[in-house]
Amino acid sequence: MQTCGHSNRPTPPTLALHSLLTRDDMPLYLSIIVLAIAAGGIAQPRGGDWYGAWKTFWRGAALPFMLFIEWVGELAIFCGRVARAAVSRPFEFRELLRQMDSIGAKSLPLVALAGAATGVVLSLQTRDSLARFGAKSLLPSVIIFSIIKESGPILTALVVSGRVAAGIGAELGSMKVTEQIDAMEASAVDPYKYLAATRVVACILMLPLLTAISDVCGILMGWVSATLADPISLRLFLNTGLNGVRFNDFLPPTFKTAVFGLIMGSVACFQGMRTVGGTAGVGRATTSSVVFSSLLIIVADVILVRLILVFFPG
Amino acid sequence: MPNSTPNTTPDAQTPVLVKALHKSFGSQVVLHGIDLVVHRGETLAVLGQSGTGKSVLLKLIIGLEKPDTGSIEIAGRDIARLSRDELNGTRKKMGFLFQQGALYDSLTVGQNVGFPLARHTDLTDAQRRDRVRELLSKVGMEGDVDKMPSEISGGMQKRVGLARALALDPEIILFDEPTAGLDPITADEIDRLIADLKKQHQAASIVVTHDIHAVRACADRVVMLREGSVVLDGSVEDLEKSKDEFIARFLKTAA
Repeated sequence: MQTCGHSNRPTPPTLALHSLLTRDDMPLYLSIIVLAIAAGGIAQPRGGDWYGAWKTFWRGAALPFMLFIEWVGELAIFCGRVARAAVSRPFEFRELLRQMDSIGAKSLPLVALAGAATGVVLSLQTRDSLARFGAKSLLPSVIIFSIIKESGPILTALVVSGRVAAGIGAELGSMKVTEQIDAMEASAVDPYKYLAATRVVACILMLPLLTAISDVCGILMGWVSATLADPISLRLFLNTGLNGVRFNDFLPPTFKTAVFGLIMGSVACFQGMRTVGGTAGVGRATTSSVVFSSLLIIVADVILVRLILVFFPG
Repeated sequence: MPNSTPNTTPDAQTPVLVKALHKSFGSQVVLHGIDLVVHRGETLAVLGQSGTGKSVLLKLIIGLEKPDTGSIEIAGRDIARLSRDELNGTRKKMGFLFQQGALYDSLTVGQNVGFPLARHTDLTDAQRRDRVRELLSKVGMEGDVDKMPSEISGGMQKRVGLARALALDPEIILFDEPTAGLDPITADEIDRLIADLKKQHQAASIVVTHDIHAVRACADRVVMLREGSVVLDGSVEDLEKSKDEFIARFLKTAA
């Protein structure tokens, strides 16, 4: 369990933010720097051609970096506008409910299946490993801790991101290129409120619920898989597994998915509503919605896991 | 009948007054110092080749684009200086027919027409349904109220778009190529509808078009754009009698 090493470390609240930057995270920072340099494609100057090297650096690294900063800035402005629209009257409750159904209820089978598959795989993989160390009795705890602390939330977020971010990106993208968003604005209806805010709020509200369902499916299928190999009653499996699980183990990881919902909703709406270039543009918006939201969810997960360890020490 | 002597003098309540309007996209200059005025009950046709900024002009007037320099006054108020709420208040008095109809494809024909009514009026569901039927019957689409936009033809979508643009009884109506891509009979019906709107509601209309028949059928005044500038602002007769080589060629090919 990745959290075990930190869970017993006392963290004074006053040092909470300071302790975010620790040596434990250095591999992460180093890998980000290495990736940035690699992505930048910095060339070695040949024959002292520093001007050429600078131009290569500019084209290869600095320009994409500046474009990235510009994208982040525009996304932040977009999020600000959506946040203002979401809290100002009149509220679009009917559209919000429609989006909650489309994003939440219609993702349920997919999320349940992904959760169930994770439970089975975890059970199969860990049973063998634990047996080797003579710790087979820990199987229920390992499955339940793994699912509720990390696999459930991140898998749900990535699976829903694939379905929902693609859907939002494509829908809003095609609305943009067929002037439907302009038509809405011309009808004195704010598309940031009617289209974006409803989708972002629906994502934020639905992700934790979907995660809880995914966790339940994962645990149940983990038990089914375990009991088929080595019969154990569900009650005993749950009693053993849930023994030692606290609210701090379940609530923060489940509710962090609200942040994942915010990320996928905002990125997908942003990419969709800035679509240009006809049907090819819609394709680009769809792809970039999924890619950027999945990538940002993974990066946010690293930060959130660290924050949860600091603010909700086991 | 179209007026032969256009009135170009603006006053404080002039529905649309455009002054020295410039608009560029990157290095491409689209509008280069446009002056326009549209009076109550008047239909202004804006003619010009593709890419001369006619559609951009309409989007600027309804505030979907921002001008680089110059001003656009709607009923005496510069729309670039309005707050978002004030701009939306102004937009409720305007109707916009988009080139391809721009119907919301997740809503039925009836819901599309009822969309502005549901948001900006206190009508009950029954009253709204009646109003939607009345608007759709105006454009000959009352039988398709429950169809989805994907189930009707492009021309029909445009007619539904027109019904939606008229939903709030606008004082200013902007038509972007209302007859492009339509068969001659439907195009004629749309032209007649635009002319009727002027008579019934005294609305100020701007019709962006290539269709010289539409201009003859419903325009009081014509503005011809070339390379982002106004080359003619006058009556339909002025247009027909113009000695300008570009205008003569345009009329000859469009006829």
